[in-house]
Amino acid sequence: MEVFSHDVLLIGGGGAGLRAAIAVVEANPKLTVAVVSKVYPMRSHTVSAEGGSAGVIKPGDSLDEHAYDTISGGDWLCDQDAVEAFVKEAPEELLRLEHWGCPWSREPDGHIAVRAFGGMKKMRTWFAADKTGFHMLHTLFQTTLSYAGIKRYDEWFVTKLLVDDGQVQGVVAIEQMTGRVHAILAKAVILCTGGCGRVFPYTTNAAIKTGDGMGLAYRAGAPLKDMEFIQYHPTGLPFTGILITEATRAEGGWLLNKDGYRYLQDYDLGKPEPKPVLRSMELGPRDRLSQAFVKEMEKGRTVKGPYGDVVHLDLRQLGEKLINTKLPFVRELCLKYENIDPVKELIPVRPVVHYMMGGVHTDIHGATPLAGLYAAGEVACVSINGANRLGSNSLPELLVFGARAGKAAAAFAAEQRDPGKQVLEQAMDENRRLEEQYLHKSGGRERVATLREEMQKTMEAGAGIYRAAGSLTEAQRSLQKIRERTANVMLDDHSLTFNTELIAALEQSFLLDVAEAMVHSALHRTESRGAHQRTDFPDRDDQQFLAHTLVSRNPDGGPRVSHLPVTITRWPPGKRVYGQAAQQTQGR
Amino acid sequence: MAESIQLEVTRYSPEKGAAPSSQTFEVPLRRDWVVLDALNHIKDQMDGTLTYRWSCRMGICGSCGMMVNGEPKLTCATFLHDYAPGPVRVEPLRYFPIVRDLVVEMSDFMRKLRKVKPWIIREEEKPVSQGEYLQTPVELDTYKQYSMCINCMLCYAACPVYGLDPLFIGPAAIALAQRYNLDSRDAGSRERLEIISQHEGIWGCTFVGECTKVCPKHVDPSGAIQQYKLTAAKDWFKSWLMPRGAK
Repeated sequence: MEVFSHDVLLIGGGGAGLRAAIAVVEANPKLTVAVVSKVYPMRSHTVSAEGGSAGVIKPGDSLDEHAYDTISGGDWLCDQDAVEAFVKEAPEELLRLEHWGCPWSREPDGHIAVRAFGGMKKMRTWFAADKTGFHMLHTLFQTTLSYAGIKRYDEWFVTKLLVDDGQVQGVVAIEQMTGRVHAILAKAVILCTGGCGRVFPYTTNAAIKTGDGMGLAYRAGAPLKDMEFIQYHPTGLPFTGILITEATRAEGGWLLNKDGYRYLQDYDLGKPEPKPVLRSMELGPRDRLSQAFVKEMEKGRTVKGPYGDVVHLDLRQLGEKLINTKLPFVRELCLKYENIDPVKELIPVRPVVHYMMGGVHTDIHGATPLAGLYAAGEVACVSINGANRLGSNSLPELLVFGARAGKAAAAFAAEQRDPGKQVLEQAMDENRRLEEQYLHKSGGRERVATLREEMQKTMEAGAGIYRAAGSLTEAQRSLQKIRERTANVMLDDHSLTFNTELIAALEQSFLLDVAEAMVHSALHRTESRGAHQRTDFPDRDDQQFLAHTLVSRNPDGGPRVSHLPVTITRWPPGKRVYGQAAQQTQGR
Repeated sequence: MAESIQLEVTRYSPEKGAAPSSQTFEVPLRRDWVVLDALNHIKDQMDGTLTYRWSCRMGICGSCGMMVNGEPKLTCATFLHDYAPGPVRVEPLRYFPIVRDLVVEMSDFMRKLRKVKPWIIREEEKPVSQGEYLQTPVELDTYKQYSMCINCMLCYAACPVYGLDPLFIGPAAIALAQRYNLDSRDAGSRERLEIISQHEGIWGCTFVGECTKVCPKHVDPSGAIQQYKLTAAKDWFKSWLMPRGAK
């Protein structure tokens, strides 16, 4: 086993990880920093984000309004100190990316252009056509290439955090190209591994979104927060789960049921107008739109398709020119993957799992309760997203909190001594575990793919858009059975060279940890709030549940739940209103 | 019985010491399946050792490039039924060393990418507090297409010059250099020109344009290379006329 050593280690090379890496070297050029990523950084899932990135920049808008939209959108579960820091720093971060060359779409006079987005009362979403995440990621990645001090371990998969004396001291990772297992020691580790959409069968998330960072943190003793809050995006393509951006609706797209009726008007989301109205109808928040789909399906007003029920997204009224300039990727995706031309035809869509509001519990600086461990981006829960994230808040979040975590980790690392040798024994143990459980194991009869599929079906059935004690308890039982069968996994592949089946088995074990944490947290929260809707407890209960759920791992491996009060600064809990009523409310 | 189609897939494992060979799998032929769905079907249901890269399945992460019936393709955007009744040949990207099965070694490209300095170079940096650098939509359009490269490397697998001379810096890296050269906010074109014209590779490019033809994102690397040739030739001509003052 080879041993490498750095001051600060980033796990994950997406938007948050790359932003954090630059923050570390800029904060303290004396520190050595490295990015470990299971894929080449430009393959990271940030690349798939389409619609945009919110940041107050135009006259007539204000930080308070962005904060209020975010907090009400999150059904008052956001920590308001974190939201205030977020909205203040988002424009600076987006401008920094502009200085680094991000090709933001522009006004005719050369200034940054903004577009409307769901749940936002003002136009404040910066965009690079409809490939915003792609351009942000490539800009960040290419910019990191100019920093000789940022070392990369591309296609290395982290299997374990090394913890000694209550402090994280590095990781164990598999170098996929050779199959060799290495220890990488570090004084601070920042998790930037993104989300976990692959817990569910229909998701916009890429194959790599398997909750690795959440699993790593949880096993090392750091709590997960608000894991019951899973966002369904209302407009994914059936079968593939490919995302059709909210920007389609911001530009004036309509959602129609099987009768061609704009059904959102029946769900307290306002009246249909020919032109888009902010915080209204198709520009309502994602949780409410996804829930309306289920209700519509129950009424028998959705369209039957080969992959279940769908509704229609109608962009025909936008015209070819607008679609080509502002939504070119949407047209390309529809043509290439569904054989549909949105200029002339309706797009079949359904809600698909899109984003994890919950994640590794951190403070406002990205620090977890475990010394030396930080987290930023979708893997983390700060929390600015509360019970429901607004579209176009996740891209600025990964910049703001990537930078914050980078600075905080740099300051922490500068004060630490080199990791002790004790952790190397742990690393050797981990190497033995990988060999015994997977590579050298004979026998077993469970295929990784089968366990994954069964887990996904279980989660869709038991912990989807609507849940209840019955469905969740049933899901808990099924997951327990799947866990027992996991001990009996059989790999076809015992090779060391680029063993993707081994990686899939390790990912599946992280997914299972995440799935259990989700179900456990959802059972515990006996109220409905944002994306967590309990049919047996349909109302929000601020008396008991104006609080975050924390799940920690008991010594016996089982989950333990506790609560943490929500931080309220200036916006006391209120009613979430959209549609006409939203036009009359003030920003406070 | 449902329709099916045969896939002839390259198999290679360095640990076995044998040369790459081909293995045939029979998979269902579904209308909405792409080649990548068929590979996933094989891996999940038939043979867990089949090795390839993939991630987003929506043509933007750039992981799943392979040769399909001899042409470089993103397998997530290549429908099986376009090849019916088959068989469909699936091979690793041409001109790259094979790591295993359909996975190729791409660190050469990663080195070349860094070499062309694909980042904004400016003499002076204004503070972020002073706001954005203005850029009109027309200025944006000047470089926009070159910024669409997803680094999938299909263009390298199509490039006869790269096939003959692996030192050639190659289509995507040159297109990305051009992306920054043409950006109104950048002042680094001189530095990049020196790096790119150092190697004779660009002179070997014969305007065949295979790179542009196979690009799934409609980038025109061939156009970038021709522009480079022109600039480099002018430079050479100038330095010959004015040996001391050309730069």
